[in-house]
Parts: sequence; C-alpha cells; structure tokens
Amino acid sequence: MKHLTGIGDLDRASAIELLDTSTRMVATQERQMRKLPTLVGTTVVNLFMEDSTRTRISFEAAAKRLSADVINFSAKGSSISKGESLKDTALTLRAMGADAVVVRAPASGAAHKLAHSGWIDVPIVNAGDGTHQHPTQALLDSFTLRRHLGGEQRDGERAGSVDGQGLDGLHVVIVGDIMHSRVARSNVQLMTLLGARVTLVAPPSLVPVGADVWPCDVLYDLDEAIALAPDAVMMLRVQRERMLGGGYFPSAAEYTRRLQLTQERADRLPAHAIVMHPGPMNRGFEIAGGVADGPRSVIVEQVAAGVSVRMAVLFHLLASNAREES
Amino acid sequence: MTADRPGPAAPGGEKTVLSEDDISRSLTRIAHEIIETGHGADDLVLLGIPHRGVPLARRIAATIAEAEGAERDPDSLAGALDITLYRDDLRRSPARLPHPTHIPSGGIDGKVVVLVDDVLYSGRTVRAALDALSAIGRPAVVRLAVLVDRGHRELPIRADHVGKNLPTSRSERVGVLLTETDGEDAVRISRPDATEDEEARR
Repeated sequence: MKHLTGIGDLDRASAIELLDTSTRMVATQERQMRKLPTLVGTTVVNLFMEDSTRTRISFEAAAKRLSADVINFSAKGSSISKGESLKDTALTLRAMGADAVVVRAPASGAAHKLAHSGWIDVPIVNAGDGTHQHPTQALLDSFTLRRHLGGEQRDGERAGSVDGQGLDGLHVVIVGDIMHSRVARSNVQLMTLLGARVTLVAPPSLVPVGADVWPCDVLYDLDEAIALAPDAVMMLRVQRERMLGGGYFPSAAEYTRRLQLTQERADRLPAHAIVMHPGPMNRGFEIAGGVADGPRSVIVEQVAAGVSVRMAVLFHLLASNAREES
Repeated sequence: MTADRPGPAAPGGEKTVLSEDDISRSLTRIAHEIIETGHGADDLVLLGIPHRGVPLARRIAATIAEAEGAERDPDSLAGALDITLYRDDLRRSPARLPHPTHIPSGGIDGKVVVLVDDVLYSGRTVRAALDALSAIGRPAVVRLAVLVDRGHRELPIRADHVGKNLPTSRSERVGVLLTETDGEDAVRISRPDATEDEEARR
C-alpha cells in the first residue's frame, strides 16, 4: 500500500491488517504516556481545501501521537484561495519536504490526482474528496463494527480477540443522502470487502445513478430495512450544503417522517444492534436526539476510534514504505 | 558463563547448537536465577518481547510459579511487550505489524520487570523495549533474560540472565525455533546463504 486514496487501494488482507494495527493503537492510547516515537523526524502535511473540523483534528492528533511534525495547510487564507492550482500546491509541499500528505478536497479525484500525477512522490491519504471516497472514515466505521459485533458470540458478552477477523455475516443498513455521500461509497466497498451485507436506504431522488450495480441492496423505506433485523444502522447527515437549489425531497418534514431514526424505530432493532453516525449530526433531522445519546449509539466511540485508525494508516504508509524504496 | 565455541557452520550448512533438552534446562536455570536475585516472585513481572520472547516468558513464569508453590498463577506473572512502535529502524527495514502488548493486571509500577527475548544481538530491541516500558509505567528494577547472547552489541546493554553465550560472526544467522511458534524446540546457526530465517524474525 503506497497511498490510501480509496478503498480500492486495499484488499481484504491489508484492510484487516489496518484494523488489527488500529487495535494496537487503541491500546497505546490507554497508557500513562500516549505519545509514541514511531514517526519522529517525519513531516505530515494536512492539506485541507474544504472545511472540516473532526477529520482534520483527528489526523492532526494521530500524526502528533506518533511524533510526526504536522503542518496544516488550509484553503482559507492560503495561496489556494488566491487561485493556486493543485499542481503548484503539490510542488510547494514537495519543496517543503513533506513525507506524507493528507488531503481533503471538494473535487472528486483530487487525492488520486495528487498520488499519481508525479508532482509529489510521497504517500497520499485521502481525507475525503468531493462525493467520491473517504477511506479512513470507512475504516473507523468497520473498526467500530468489528469491535462491537465481532468476536465469538453475537449477543451478550463477546469473547476473545477480533484480530484477523472481517465483518463476515454482519448486516449493515446505511440510511440517508447516499448520492452526495463519499462515506457511503467507501463504506459499501469496505464492508462488502470484509464480508458484510449492506443495505442502503434513501429516497429515490438521493440514490445515485449506477447504484444498482453496487454490491448491495437499495430500499426506499426505513421501516422495511429495520424489519430485516440488521446488526447496525448507520445514519448519514443530510448534506444541505451540497443540495443548494433543493428539489431532492419535498420537505424536511417528509424526510423526517419517512427516514428519521426515531426512538420508536430504534426500539424495533434487534437487542444487539448498534447505531452509528459519521457526524456532524443534524439532531432531530436524520436522527432523534434520544437515539443519538441512547445506549445503542456508538457515535462518540467512532470519533475516538478515528484517531487510532488514522495512526494505523500513517504507520502503515510511513513506516512501511521504506521496504519499496530500499 | 563462557560457552564452548561451536565450530563454524559450513557455508550453506546448518548446525543445531541447542536441543530441546538444552533449551528446557536453560530456561529452568534462568527461572531459578530470577527467583534468587529477585527475592522470590512477589513483585515479579516477566514481559516477553514478540515474537518468540512471549512463549519464553510464559515458560519461565510457569517454572517460577511451580517452584514458588501454587500461590502464583503464571498468567499474572507473564505478559507481552511489543516494541514495534518504538524501533529506531522502522524506515530502514521491512515493514512489520505491531503485536499485542499484554501487561499482567498488577501493572508494572514498582515491580521487578524481567524482559525476555530469544536472541540478544545489537541491543537495539532492548533499547526500544526500555522506551516502551517507560510509556507504561515505572518499574523498580528492569532486568533482561535471553535464551541466546550472540554478541555484536551496538549499544551499552547486557543481559542479566543468559541461557547460552553463542559467539558468532556477523555473517552467521541464529535461528531460534519454539514449539509454540515453529512446532519444535531448537536453536540453529547457519551461514547466510542457507536460510533467511533470521531476516524474517528480526
């Protein structure tokens, strides 16, 4: 693995390796001294050309916990806002001696372009590009799923380590704005790679063209999906900023009535089922506040897992790449 | 202790320097040395360094628990300390995945910690282990037990308990095989062209 621009850069074995390394990273974060010397002397650049709080902070924390130096480069107040091209930005980063670039961009394919254009020859990590991919979010979601639902038993107490395991036999429902969601795309790909069954739920207007050939089912009705007794339900944020002009659904009230994960709907889920959300949440819109704070919710845990998963990704890309160079 | 110099292995050849019985005797002796120097097993924690230090620590712990009577459970005595994230050669050597670290429930603060590894060579692994240890807690004393000391130290580090001193040339490879990880117990020495055993292990 030279870059992580999308789930397509992973096969099942390397995905499981990343999840296993993430488990090790979680353990290091429970110690007295949380900082590891692993990447001392390397420089990680966070190139954020789109607003993001949690992903940027999460990558920054991950790099710092591994003792890398972090340079934050954001669109606002930088040369990008003055019209600098991605190419010139990449050349600048190369000249500054970046050892890895974490990139978030409004344009789909920006990370791939950066990785394969030859402008800069360092590992590129996609932190979300347009409506295309968000691989580290998918990894932390699968990590959280495996942690909660993996192991020997499904109900009650789990026994033993989840190392080496995928998500085989699990059924995950992803609900909401599939069309504009890079999180959904990466998740469908990764979860099915790891052996899970995925069902998407969205109003027909928010199902992207071509979703019929994705390795998952598509339903239009949340109640129907809940009747399938899934192991996990992931609610996606309705991305109002990507739907300027509207017209994707008649009204917020209709969306809420048909697709909100209400307390009543959550109560119909199997006892072991968990509720996920990649954040940021619109409480009372796609998810009821009570469900977000309820016992099934692993939303805060997802955020915590994000740092460990990103540490694992940086470790694999930066500590392991020497193999190919030397 | 001084070891009798094993004859150099023939190029491309392999020579067994410790048999199953030799390994078992060495570990038993190390266990008794640890009890004697450490005034018993009360504050003792044995931490094996993955990969092969972990089963060695477990075996030494079992011998200590047996010698001390039934009051100590070997599981509360032995653990594992992964050092992958503390190595100084990560970017210069092949990638490796971190292994689990397991610290016995009593923790290591104020304890006598014995690090256990299969082969002591450059000393860099032990240096990394000392760093890893300080991130977890503050032991009263840290000791080092190894099955084989093959010399060629690059750092001022020495072992307190050694199963076998094995003078080697840098071009030779020392391969430790254990039943838990390799299906048999043996220590072999070979010329470089023979196997890539050690390359895979270090």
